[in-house]
Amino acid sequence: MNEQTHNIETQSGRCREERKEFRSYMWGIGLALLLTLVPFALVHWAAMPRISLLIVIGALALIQMLVHFRFFLHIGLRQKREDLQLIVFSALLLTIMVAGTIWIMASLATRMAMPWQP
Amino acid sequence: MSPQSFKHPGLNLGAAHGEDDDAAETVMFGFWVFLMSDTILFGMVFATYVTSLHGTAGGPGPRDLYDIKSVFFETLLLLASSFTFGMASLALKYKHSKPRLIGWMMVTLVLGVAFLAFELHDFGAMFAKGGVPSRSGFLSAFFDLVPLHGLHVTAGCIWLVSLLGQIARYGLDTKTKLGIMRLALFWHFLDIIWIAIFSVVYLAGLA
Repeated sequence: MNEQTHNIETQSGRCREERKEFRSYMWGIGLALLLTLVPFALVHWAAMPRISLLIVIGALALIQMLVHFRFFLHIGLRQKREDLQLIVFSALLLTIMVAGTIWIMASLATRMAMPWQP
Repeated sequence: MSPQSFKHPGLNLGAAHGEDDDAAETVMFGFWVFLMSDTILFGMVFATYVTSLHGTAGGPGPRDLYDIKSVFFETLLLLASSFTFGMASLALKYKHSKPRLIGWMMVTLVLGVAFLAFELHDFGAMFAKGGVPSRSGFLSAFFDLVPLHGLHVTAGCIWLVSLLGQIARYGLDTKTKLGIMRLALFWHFLDIIWIAIFSVVYLAGLA
């Protein structure tokens, strides 16, 4: 009897959890669609000067990546510490290596008077 | 066990899956390590592309070659496939019927193959305009980056077919379940790489 009540409880708990996770995917696809449509529309109708357009595209891309991490990959702050460390450390390495490469090559191009405008 | 406890990053099978959930911890963590190293690989190829942007050697540049409409459709296809794979993950986690799981996986496969078809068509159009990899440093870097993602999607599609085969042959045992969980991570990960590709390569190229 006791076990049966317990089973029913976990059953309804799982139902709640499933609804929550389903809603998470719906939020994910809704936000992702919005964050995709806006930059494509801006570029298609060229509604802004180039440099501000590039900044907006970059910012929206970063936000959309976070949305995908949060709602599709289910990465939140309740993750185990070492799991978050893996992701954050990889992001750090990536930033250093990519930004460093672009910086060095841009600097080289400027000093060697090669055609290179970021 | 409370729903708040996570064994590994991403969607967890949960205690209702018993041993399969216990087996997931090391396998899924290992797969995350692979994904993160793959991210570094993609990051360096992105850096190569950005530093080669002006190396067109008088050949065709982004404005001559890219087609924003086609890229937009590809983006929608990949985003939709990420969502349908999410639905497959939920069907697996909450033990819905097997046909429902297989159905969502098939929809994902169709969307993935459609994405690849669009992409190949794009490459064909670029070749027709003289945008071949050997034309310039810019085009070499482009064909290093975008098809690398395409190859990943192809590998994902092959993996998906093999998982469908495993479901048919062995049913939903521990290995099959963990295979589906890992492919789900891989698939969502490829969609995130695509965000960077359509923003850095296509939108910034046409801006």
